[in-house]
Amino acid sequence: MSDGATIASHFEDAEQQREAGLMGMWLFLATELLLFAGLFGGFAIYRGLHGDAFAAAARHLDLPLATANTVILLTSGLSMALAERMAHAGAPQLARRWIAVTVALGASFLAIKGYEWHHEYSEGLMPLLGLAFEYDGPDAAQAHLFFDFYFAMTGLHALHMLIGLAALVLLWMLGRPRAGLQPDRYIRQVQITGMYWAFVDVVWVFVFTSLYLLRS
Amino acid sequence: MSEPGTHYLNEGWTLRSWLLTTDHKRIAWMYFATITVFFFIGGLAALLIRLELLTPAGEMVESDTYNKLFSAHGIVMVWFFLVPSIPATMGNFLLPLMLGARDLAFPKLNLLSWYIFTLGGLFTMTAVIAGGVDTGWTFYTPYSTLFSNSAVVLAASGVFVVGFSSILTGLNFIVTTHKMRAPGLTWMRLPLFCWANYATSLIMILATPVLSMALLLIVLERVLGIGIFDPELGGDPLLFQHLFWFYSHPAVYIMILPGMGVVSEIITCFARRPIFGYTGMVISIMAIALFGFIVWGHHMFVAGQSLYAGILFSFFTFLVAVPSAIKTLNWTATLYGGRIRFTAPMIYGLSFLGLFTIGGLTGVILASLAVDIHLHDTYFVTAHFHYIMVGGMVTAYLGGLHFWWPKITGRMYSGPWSIVAALALFIGFNLTFFPQFLLGFLGMPRRYHAYPEEFQLLHVMSSLGAGVLAVGYLLPMVYFGWSLWRGKPAGDNPWDATGLEWQTSSPPPKHNFVDTPTVTTRPYDYV
Ligand code: HEM
Ligand SMILES: [Cu+2]
Repeated sequence: MSDGATIASHFEDAEQQREAGLMGMWLFLATELLLFAGLFGGFAIYRGLHGDAFAAAARHLDLPLATANTVILLTSGLSMALAERMAHAGAPQLARRWIAVTVALGASFLAIKGYEWHHEYSEGLMPLLGLAFEYDGPDAAQAHLFFDFYFAMTGLHALHMLIGLAALVLLWMLGRPRAGLQPDRYIRQVQITGMYWAFVDVVWVFVFTSLYLLRS
Repeated sequence: MSEPGTHYLNEGWTLRSWLLTTDHKRIAWMYFATITVFFFIGGLAALLIRLELLTPAGEMVESDTYNKLFSAHGIVMVWFFLVPSIPATMGNFLLPLMLGARDLAFPKLNLLSWYIFTLGGLFTMTAVIAGGVDTGWTFYTPYSTLFSNSAVVLAASGVFVVGFSSILTGLNFIVTTHKMRAPGLTWMRLPLFCWANYATSLIMILATPVLSMALLLIVLERVLGIGIFDPELGGDPLLFQHLFWFYSHPAVYIMILPGMGVVSEIITCFARRPIFGYTGMVISIMAIALFGFIVWGHHMFVAGQSLYAGILFSFFTFLVAVPSAIKTLNWTATLYGGRIRFTAPMIYGLSFLGLFTIGGLTGVILASLAVDIHLHDTYFVTAHFHYIMVGGMVTAYLGGLHFWWPKITGRMYSGPWSIVAALALFIGFNLTFFPQFLLGFLGMPRRYHAYPEEFQLLHVMSSLGAGVLAVGYLLPMVYFGWSLWRGKPAGDNPWDATGLEWQTSSPPPKHNFVDTPTVTTRPYDYV
């Protein structure tokens, strides 16, 4: 076998290995989808039960900032797609450059998100760890519930972003010319990480819609 | 490649060669060792429960301690023994062999899943030592979030962590089944054991994450004060039950489908007949996995769920019994006219058939809306699910171990003693759990440690049965251990069975087959 070094010994050929890797990632994303589905399902039910209270609470969130964040994250999806293109086209160094752009965009997203959380914290809208909840609208209890969902959803999403960023940084390092790069394997790794990143993007679109946009 | 006489067991003796192995056969052993420990821990709790219930007054332990005992028993048995039982041991060992593959698709992930499993186990064991949990295995809110003073966070985190190990195992099995089959091994030539593990894996990856979320929310509620199930904020405790059972009803099929797979292999082999209605069996397996997702509401008939939802869930539950019935009838038809050999694996297989039938039929009784109002949360339910989970699955687990032991170790065990153990299990099991149907019907609620005197006779029978059952579980440990030492060599195919796993040597070489096999026939080519 010509490229024997990149094929694990239990596979017959590179194609089988590539397909297995991709399918594994798809299944993992299915699992992730159902993890979030539990949370979103609960949110949908409560949104139905306490519609007005939730809409009023949603108006306390920072829509412009979150919109900016959405643009940033979707752009990072584009740069990741370009990284994949470059890797496929046999230009791993260009791919690495786009990966770096993706990392930068992802990190800015998290920074802005962190700023937003801090803002909510200082407004007394963070009902965690026994902090006082100083909500000024009606239905304060249900608004509390809304903010519970807000922190659970955005927190879980941010955790996924962190994992994605770590994977991207790793990918960037693995692609260094001196790291003994194996082109086939690198394409596979970029593709699989790209799938995960796209998933994190899509989840954000749902988070954004349910929390920020349903405000009336 | 490998020298003659070397196989996966003797190619390395160091601890490191075990703890860092990526060989699916060795990982199966590591799981086997770990879950056996959990089985006996869970068993110890059961023993204490049955001792307490010998007398009507609650004299041996306090009611708080009793709550912790049955919680520990349920949590350990369900998540640390039964969910991984067949898939992680025999599934791990046999799936690649049956598919003619050299390993699972992701060997490192497989090892990782064992470490995650062990880590989750340590969490939960710490919880048990640090005062115990008293919520029951179901962790119902708001008790688990607002009121319980026990180690809920640790225990729930342990179950959360262990979920990832099932997800990884499921993912690995699915990809392996899709991508690693030997030439000629089409889907409709797969042994039913592979189909059963495949369906189980689908449930593992689709249902487990929902449980993870429910448990995560409990942990967040207790640690951070997020109040998603808090009624004072307008949160709905019933939401937890929905999320929990959305996983846990499908999960009851995680806890039976692999057993059905094992029994299919055993019954065909010892009746010397091809399985009756192979296609129907495959469709039933997949139908069970699918319909299992739409019946969870039968656990909430009296929990405040709407009547209409109750009617629908009741109807779907009746439906899901159909594929199980098809399978039972097909096994029986396979026996019909067969040349039956009553070896230990076969006795386990036949016990499974009888016990599973009782368990399944009582499930249909419970699914009847009106009847369930009387039977819900009584010993009738306890008996129902023990007939399936213990009478069915644990029996199949032991049957499978007896069936493949010669392949796994290359040694035979004592024929007569194994038959004694199998019979002890059947008798002990029925003595333990049949009286519980009667108790429940007469109104004995589950999860109480004191009871009116008129129930004592049935409780005593049950406790005595548990003693016989314990013999049935301990005996195999003895002769299996003995066979590792002194058992006579088994040869490659002692039962004269079909299936790729029997074509390689016993124990198999590291990469399973010297040459990749080619498949040309349907499975179960017995004449
Ligand atoms: C095949 C494997 C099965 C397993 C492992 C299983 C297991 C269980 C368990 C663990 C519970 C009790 C949960 C609890 O309250 O703690 C339960 C309850 C129930 N099962 Fe099954 N079951 C199985 C099959 C069935 C079938 C085939 C049916 C009906 C067709 C069924 C109907 C029910 C119903 C209606 C309940 C709720 C009873 C109540 O709480 O009042 N089950 N089962
Ligand atoms: Cu159920």
